[in-house]
Amino acid sequence: MRILIKNGTCLVFGKGEQKTNIYIEDQIIKEISSEEKDADKVIDASGMYVFPGLIDVHVHLREPGQEYKETIESGAKAAAKGGFTDICCMPNTIPVNDSPSITSFIKDRALTAGFSNVHPVASLTKGLKGEEICDYGELKQAGAIALSDDGRPVSDSGVMRRAVEYAKAFDLPVMCHSEELSLSGKGVMNEGVVSTRLGLTGIPDSAESLGVKRDIEIGCLVDYPVHIAHVSAKKTIEIIRNAKKSGTKVTAETAPHYFTLTEDAIDLFNTYAKMNPPLRTESDRLAIIEALKDNTIDIIATDHAPHSDEEKIVPFEEAAFGITGLETSLALSLNLVFSGILSMEELAEKMSINPGKVIGINNALFEGNHANITIVNPDFEWTVTREGFISKSKNSPFTGKKLKGICEYTIKNGNIIWSRNN
Amino acid sequence: MEFKKKNILDINSLSASEIEFILDTADSMKEINERPVKKVPALRGKTIVLFFQEPSTRTKLSFELAAKRLSADSVSLAASSSSMKKGETLLDTARTIEAMKPDILVMRHSMSGAPHFLSKFLKCSILNAGDGRHAHPSQALLDMMTIREKKKTLTGLNIAIIGDISNSRVARSNMRGLVKLGNNVRVFGPPSMIPFKIEEEFNVSVSRTMEEALSDADAVIMLRIQKERQGANLFSTDREYSRFFGLNRENLKNSKKDVLVMHPGPVNRGVEITPELADSEISVINEQVSNGVALRMALFYLVSGGSKNENSD
Repeated sequence: MRILIKNGTCLVFGKGEQKTNIYIEDQIIKEISSEEKDADKVIDASGMYVFPGLIDVHVHLREPGQEYKETIESGAKAAAKGGFTDICCMPNTIPVNDSPSITSFIKDRALTAGFSNVHPVASLTKGLKGEEICDYGELKQAGAIALSDDGRPVSDSGVMRRAVEYAKAFDLPVMCHSEELSLSGKGVMNEGVVSTRLGLTGIPDSAESLGVKRDIEIGCLVDYPVHIAHVSAKKTIEIIRNAKKSGTKVTAETAPHYFTLTEDAIDLFNTYAKMNPPLRTESDRLAIIEALKDNTIDIIATDHAPHSDEEKIVPFEEAAFGITGLETSLALSLNLVFSGILSMEELAEKMSINPGKVIGINNALFEGNHANITIVNPDFEWTVTREGFISKSKNSPFTGKKLKGICEYTIKNGNIIWSRNN
Repeated sequence: MEFKKKNILDINSLSASEIEFILDTADSMKEINERPVKKVPALRGKTIVLFFQEPSTRTKLSFELAAKRLSADSVSLAASSSSMKKGETLLDTARTIEAMKPDILVMRHSMSGAPHFLSKFLKCSILNAGDGRHAHPSQALLDMMTIREKKKTLTGLNIAIIGDISNSRVARSNMRGLVKLGNNVRVFGPPSMIPFKIEEEFNVSVSRTMEEALSDADAVIMLRIQKERQGANLFSTDREYSRFFGLNRENLKNSKKDVLVMHPGPVNRGVEITPELADSEISVINEQVSNGVALRMALFYLVSGGSKNENSD
């Protein structure tokens, strides 16, 4: 299919914002010019931004094992709606994705579904137990794009060291869920004034920063860059900033909720604002924004964690950690542009170019590249509603919130996989 | 004054005047408990369910007696004998209870916020009889009632709360209420038992020593060391705890002469308080228990619209 995207503001690789047309043929960006080529489908992108296809390196799909929360299909569809051409799914399924057969299963399911590309992240250790490393080479051959024990850290530093070393052999990125579990204990929210008020057990920010410090140290020790997942705390940012200053190769991601909300969202016992790492304070939130600005944090990921009502409409301490994120991430992140924190180009870096660098996928807009493209309407205002989610789960702290900006089209390999108006 | 609250979930949601109104009502209930026939018809025909997911002796008994003395029909349900044992969720259990049309649900639960959670779904009144480490409003109110009765005022007093503040719903509710009414509250305990940013959140001061906490104190609320709730290593041993964080005659010297010694019970004798002091003339532990019944009668009466009826007469 031949597609012409015309009159849009395109974030062209190396050139920034360009008022130009993009012509797609045979799954490839054939031409970026002002010419109006003949096409089977013409998209009028007047007033819109044409982004390189967004990439989310941190998503939980619940298949296999917990299909009532999310399937690969429902998650990939929600991703397409959210503007993502590519998502990476974490291995904490049931069973855990620690074997080539499960990795292949996920790839196959995603291919059948036909929405966004789904790149499986395999586990660092068997069964996420933090004890024995997996067959990284075979996992890579089966389609694993990275390794992580996300949901929990590899607590034994010796095991983590060997895991990162062995990952190096296959050039597989290591995504660290960095947490000192002995400090977070049975905590259910940030340790701070709100946990003191509500009598809930706190998770101190040190549980995260100490974990991050260790994982960066291990990266240095074995001379292999690690990727730090879901940064939530100011203390962590200082550690990453210093590491980068001293030349350590490390990348880091945060999620929209960490630069949008604080622990106050939990009062009074709002389970939709419960996630791990937890929402922190206003000073942490501002530090995250600053870190996005100065590139201490490279990536915005969602940590999309679908849960059913059965896991969320319960007393706070019993509620599952995590929120749905794929369908709200773009608008929440665009808010950083509207408030003058990032330019559109910088946002494209955080949501496509930089995550792509970590996992080895390049969706940048240049002639000859595969056509993975997200067309964004920055002016469209909408309200988040429960019914509006196409993910199987509705666990969002943003329900009821008015947002600005939406994905109009998601194009994967030259095919439209999402169009808002039909 | 007309009392409009349907639920009593925590002290935070009560205004200073509502607290005083509850205490006034409790004072007037107290006389009923001294009569030879301890029963009035105020809540005849009302059904009260006591749903205690956590063990309790005095609080449950107190609520139960309060219900009976107002002629309400009360039934109690323990989690150990309920379907929750069979895996039923809290919400389903509560909906089942509600389907039998109680007027008031008194609930105790080990999880902070459990009654707040249920209040979003249930139509009946909910009285929180203690939720996790969050709130225990009836205990704080009976403590305030006792202090006011003895001191003839409940403002400008120096009140020390000592012990495991982190794990204490009694402390949280008392701090909230006492500060709201204009008292100076100091807390003291090993730092492992003092929650993060407590000064900022509760507007209390954290004393650095027992002496500092007790100096010029009008009342001391000693907290029970909650063995069932604490994590490991909050303190070393009972013996050391009693020496450095326990209340005795010696460290009470700097407090006011007519200081009140209080404890929500049950007391770990010889740990947080010496047995001699617990039984002494300055201890009001038994008055707290007596006042508890009157206070809970007042809560039942008020959430049932008692004050409204009075106004319409």
